[in-house]
Formats: sequence, structure tokens, C-alpha cells
Amino acid sequence: MEYRLQTPITKEQLSLLRAGDRVLLSGTVYTARDAAHKRLMELLDAGQPLPFPLEGSVIYYVGPTPEQPGQVIGSAGPTTSGRMDAFSPRLLDLGQSVMIGKGGRSAAVVDAIRRNGAVYLAAMGGAGALMGACVEALEVLCWEDLGCEAVRRLQVRDMPLTVAIDSTGESIYDSGPAAYLNSLKDK
Amino acid sequence: MKTIHADQIRDLVAELCIRANRELPEDIVRAMTGAAGSEPWPLAKETLSVLCANLDAAREKALPICQDTGLACVFAELGQDVHVEGNFQEAIQEGVRRGYREGYLRKSVVGDPLRRVNTEDNTPAAITVEFVPGDALKLTVVPKGFGSENMSRLAMLKPADGVEGVKKFIIDTVAAAGANPCPPIVVGVGIGGTFDKVAALAKHALLRPIDQTNPDPYYAALEAELLEEINRLGIGPQGFGGRTTALGLCIETMPTHVAGLPVAVNISCHVTRRASGEL
Repeated sequence: MEYRLQTPITKEQLSLLRAGDRVLLSGTVYTARDAAHKRLMELLDAGQPLPFPLEGSVIYYVGPTPEQPGQVIGSAGPTTSGRMDAFSPRLLDLGQSVMIGKGGRSAAVVDAIRRNGAVYLAAMGGAGALMGACVEALEVLCWEDLGCEAVRRLQVRDMPLTVAIDSTGESIYDSGPAAYLNSLKDK
Repeated sequence: MKTIHADQIRDLVAELCIRANRELPEDIVRAMTGAAGSEPWPLAKETLSVLCANLDAAREKALPICQDTGLACVFAELGQDVHVEGNFQEAIQEGVRRGYREGYLRKSVVGDPLRRVNTEDNTPAAITVEFVPGDALKLTVVPKGFGSENMSRLAMLKPADGVEGVKKFIIDTVAAAGANPCPPIVVGVGIGGTFDKVAALAKHALLRPIDQTNPDPYYAALEAELLEEINRLGIGPQGFGGRTTALGLCIETMPTHVAGLPVAVNISCHVTRRASGEL
């Protein structure tokens, strides 16, 4: 199935998605990766407000290349999500509903996805030039000292994504290879 | 004796950093388009064609292929009859600094592994110098992304583990990496030497065009066997399932101690970059 989703996205909309479905996402997406996640945790520990509202938020694990004159963003493909596994359950429990990255997630993240009716979407790893073309506007929200890891607010249009782990906890990284290997047995 | 000025080295390194990040080597492009043609699993075939379209987009728009423009690994083959006027290492660092700035490449290096402050110019590069006969200087820039670097592993096996132990370690490493290193991957394998040398061998193996086999028929056969076995794992492009898990596998070896069998696996993603030039 292919779905067009526009932020804000409801939990009902997310519940329809199944691992392997295609999504074209439009709207507001926040960027955060390793160092920014660490700082988000520090703010939460200190009881201070976060740079963007977590409720219903979409976080893209990306550190783009610098934009050239006349460009909104440079290359902007996903980074490996597993490095955010230590942080994601807490953010999902506090309202984040969509994660965008690449690669598998820990059992704790899958549990948090199920518990909160969240989803994990995969962007095309290593396709930075194509992914960057979906970004229509960019604003650095905070932590400019982190360079490529600063938190940015992106406006995206028709960002092509694949449902990697759906709200029931099913993962394309398990079901995809299994389906391919099964197809070999039938021959 | 030939004199090469530091400025020439700086300018060449800067150009190679930019070129490597925008255009893949011909052997990798051929392997990608070949795999997109022959991949039997529909989703995998479609994924490969998107990745090929990304290569075209990067070339046409002069954009980096991937946003992880890597830590710059610079390999120098320095002719012993070359005299370098100026500071050789600093010329390479300055070339990386310029290339990453002028090419709008991402600055992905922190100056200290634990205190983690970005150096903001992508230096220092990781420089490897090899002395060779002659009066030329060949420079190769390999921007190494860390999604794949992080999935690399090293083991000090026992001699009794033999070739079967080596095969198992390589296959287990690729299977454990799964979707993380952005498959289809290129696998660099080092066997032998010492703890430090084996890792360098594995990295060096990634410099060899993947359509060139090891000159030793024994290792050429082992490369073919391992590649076939990896492509039976089912991981597929992006880890979504399919045949094409690896595009190539290269093995480099060196003599080792009677008591040891070191093996290292350096994984590289489908954006396996290298650009070379000679002075």
C-alpha cells in the first residue's frame, strides 16, 4: 500500500500502516541525531522545555551537508537509527510519534513503538542527493555549535519513505529478508 | 630526483575530496547498475534503481552522493626519488580542509573521541604513506562513512580455526551488520599480519576495484565463494530483503606468527568512494 501523510499525523492514521508500506510524507519534520538526542535528554533530566513540541512530532535522524548558494539543503539521507535506541523509548513515551532513519531498532524501541502506537519509517540510506530534493524549507532551531548535528525544522513535500516497523511491532528488516528467502524455497 | 611542491599536493587532495564525494568509481557504478538489472526480487530491484537514480542526481546537480561525506582517508604512494618541498602531511590536511569547504561537504570529525567537539573543517584526515620505487606521487582519497565503519570487526583467531573459522567470522560479521551499513555493501577483508596490520589490510582491500580478483587463485576462489555465500543471506538492498547484499569482496593478506590467525572485516556501503590522482 502507498499512503500520503501530512503532519500533524494522528495515531489512527499511523495504526493503518503496515511494515513494507510506502509513505509520501509532507509537513514539518525535526532533525536530531546523536549529540542532539543527548542534549534533549539533559533538558528532560533538568525539567527544562525542549526546543520543539514532542507531542505528535516526527524526528528525522539526519546530518545534512551544507547547502550551496541557492539551495535549501545539501544532501540529506538518514543516519543509522540504532545509535538513538538508548533515547527513543523515553521520547516516544513523551509523545513523539514518528521516527525516520535507517536500519534495525532494539527490542526496547519496538516495545515503546507498540506501547505508544508509534511508527518507525525508513528513508533510503545513501540516497542523500534524492532525499534532499524533498526539503522545501529549513530553519536551524538550536545548538548551532553542533554543526551538521544542530536541530533543524524542515518542511518536506512527498518525502519517499518505507514503513520499517509498524505500530504492531512488525519489522521489514525481519519480514523482508524472510519473504525473499522463502521465495527461494518454493523454487 | 623530482621536486613536488606542497601546494600541488594540497590542490590535488582538495580536488579528489570533491570528486570522490560526487562520482563513484566506474567499477562500483557498473556493479550497481548490473545488480539493478539482475536482482530477482522486485522490491530489491526497485530499491537498487532508486540508488542508481541518486548517483545520477548527485552527478547532475554537483551534490554529494551521501550526506555522510566521511572521514577522509588519504593514501599516498610516495616515490622514493621524490623530494617534497614544504610540509607533506600539512599539505594533505590543508587539501582536505579546502576540499570539504569548497565542495560543501559535511564536516564530520570531532577533535577528541570522548570530549567530542567538531573540528569544523573535517580534519584531521587519516593518512597512510607507502614508499614505492620511482619519482611519482599517487594520492587516493577514500571518504569513509561511519554507518558502515561501525559495523566492521576484528578477531584474533587460532591457527586451528583455519579457513573455516575465517569464513565463519566474515559471514557472521556481515549477518550481524544487517541493514545498518547501507547494503549492498563492499567487504574488505584482511588476513594475517599483526593486530594493527590486519585492520590496515582490510581497509586497503577496499581500494581495489571490485571487478579485480586477488592475483593468488586460492584467494580469488575464496573471494568468489564468500561473496556468493553473503548473497545467500537474504539481507538485500537497505536490508529490505533480496539477493544483492554485497557488490564485491576483496581479501588482502600478509605473513603472520606461528601462533596467530588475525582477521579483520572492514565494511563499506554502496557509496564506496575513492578518487586517485598522480603528480
